[in-house]
Amino acid sequence: MVKLASAEQAKQKKATRAAYGKTLIELADEGLPVVAVDADLSASTTTATFAKQSEEYAQRFFNCGIAEQNMVDVAAGLACTGHIAFTGSFAVFGTGRAYDQIRNTVCYSNLNVKIAPTHAGVSVGPDGGSHQMLEDIALMRMLPRMRVLVPADYASARSAIRLAAQTPGPVYVRMGRANVPCVYDDDVSLEIGRSYVVHEGTDATIIACGVEVREALAAARLLDEEGISAEVIDAFSIKPLDEETILSSLEKTGCVVCAEEHSVIGGLGEAVCHLVATTSPHPVELVGVRDRFGKSGEFEELLTAFHLDALSIVDAVKKAMARKPL
Amino acid sequence: MRGIRKTGREKRRSMDYQKLKKAAMGIRKDVIAMVGEAKSGHPGGSLSCVDILVSLYFGSVMRYDSKDPECVERDRFVLAKGHAAPALYATLAHVGYLPHGELITLRKLGSRLQGHPDSNLVPGVEVSTGSLGQGLSISCGMACGLRLNKLDSNVFCLLGDGECEEGQVWEAAMFASHNCLDNLIAIVDNNELQIDGKVTEVCSPESLTERFAAFGWAVQEVDGHDFAALIDALVSAKEARCGKPQMIVAHTVKGKGVSFMEHQVSWHGKAPNGEEMRVALDELAAASDGRRACDYDLGGTEVCHG
Repeated sequence: MVKLASAEQAKQKKATRAAYGKTLIELADEGLPVVAVDADLSASTTTATFAKQSEEYAQRFFNCGIAEQNMVDVAAGLACTGHIAFTGSFAVFGTGRAYDQIRNTVCYSNLNVKIAPTHAGVSVGPDGGSHQMLEDIALMRMLPRMRVLVPADYASARSAIRLAAQTPGPVYVRMGRANVPCVYDDDVSLEIGRSYVVHEGTDATIIACGVEVREALAAARLLDEEGISAEVIDAFSIKPLDEETILSSLEKTGCVVCAEEHSVIGGLGEAVCHLVATTSPHPVELVGVRDRFGKSGEFEELLTAFHLDALSIVDAVKKAMARKPL
Repeated sequence: MRGIRKTGREKRRSMDYQKLKKAAMGIRKDVIAMVGEAKSGHPGGSLSCVDILVSLYFGSVMRYDSKDPECVERDRFVLAKGHAAPALYATLAHVGYLPHGELITLRKLGSRLQGHPDSNLVPGVEVSTGSLGQGLSISCGMACGLRLNKLDSNVFCLLGDGECEEGQVWEAAMFASHNCLDNLIAIVDNNELQIDGKVTEVCSPESLTERFAAFGWAVQEVDGHDFAALIDALVSAKEARCGKPQMIVAHTVKGKGVSFMEHQVSWHGKAPNGEEMRVALDELAAASDGRRACDYDLGGTEVCHG
């Protein structure tokens, strides 16, 4: 089993985005030719942390200003000359505004560009629906050659950035703004194509990604009080999906709930539905945003308003269990 | 600086322009044969940029080695206007990146020669293009990357004038001058036509010269079918290294070299039929080596020779 956070570590709360700039420094210090390209949001994405580290790293940082399409293709050009190019911006602009650039240049040319925006999902809170990106996993999953990683905490975000740098070709890393509790040990090293059982159980499987992993763990604790044993899997790698881990858990529990801070259309839930429907039909329930835009509010309030909180997962687990064949 | 330019000019004075003209005619014939055989493609904008491509590849402007396409010190070429792929493929074949006989496979199932260039398939194609407006941004990234790698290589980027309606072109223009990318040389194939009509009537980006100058670029205007003028402009642009990105607005004729295609918007994205192909090849042959259309075996693998 993967090494989880100690009781002491689990008390820490850090945003996944906070790992971005620091991990780029680590990678550059190790001699990898990483460069960062941002679009006027370098303080928020923390790519500025990399740029401010040294004169040399400042030369390896490019601020395109408010021009996300140019940002992605400048990264593409840097990749063409041997660099491992990481892009910034918020998820809504870094994927949606530059979608054709990611599709037609980065993926079609199979370039070593890492699309790694921050502030995905409802974690931008008060900024409202225009800024709350709930479709990015779907957009990135659809693209041939793109790998999709959704880290659940600071340590797994660090691992995801490292994996992105070490894996040739396009990789998407989705990071958020909110501070979230640590799930994994600080030095955890995860893999592309792997999901991780972070809590064992026998009655139902909950597959979550990103901030929903903490909600799923809270739901498992609540269910435990009612005598229901839920297994929690951190999907981490949504594409490629870890079919083996998911199916072996499903064989044991007989039903599954998917939870994501994303639209129920095109995200983790549909990826799991596809897997389950084509291999081993079992009841599936989806927790996610239901075909609507976000709205202003504090992050925690929004999790409740959009039924993404632990209690909503508890309800979904009970529904899934009730649908198990007798 | 003056001394260097004088030396360059002297060298170019002795350049064999006949050789360039012959190469251009060969490439034009290939373009017609390829598009005709494929029964689809973009002859107009391919023919308009042939002399620019010939200047770059045959005029001692670009540093490249077709036997070593990945050579670290090479200059980079980005065909932003990816629909001119037939002209690029033919040029690459004429300088040894591709077997000439492969040209006739353009746009066919299983061919490396996709309708728009795919860099995973074709040696000498640096990056896949086809979605307009992206090439200049990619070229900016390459120019930054080469500078980081401490290489003195240049990036040459060929855009269409209609393409300059894409907003991203101006994001890139801003970025290039802000970052003083004087190893970046862009050329606009200013053939004045786009699919829906005259560029000035669809959504005019006139004057490109003034607009790029306002964005901080050093801009030259040349006749895009005059080899001496083109090569002079390209060489002076790459030698300038004055802290500014270099733009060459090359005035061209869409469909250049085939009388019934010249200045005709209808030939933007239409293939000639058998008879039109024969007339076009005869015209081009008459203008160069006297080789007639009947000399081409359009059904076989070997189509035409450079």
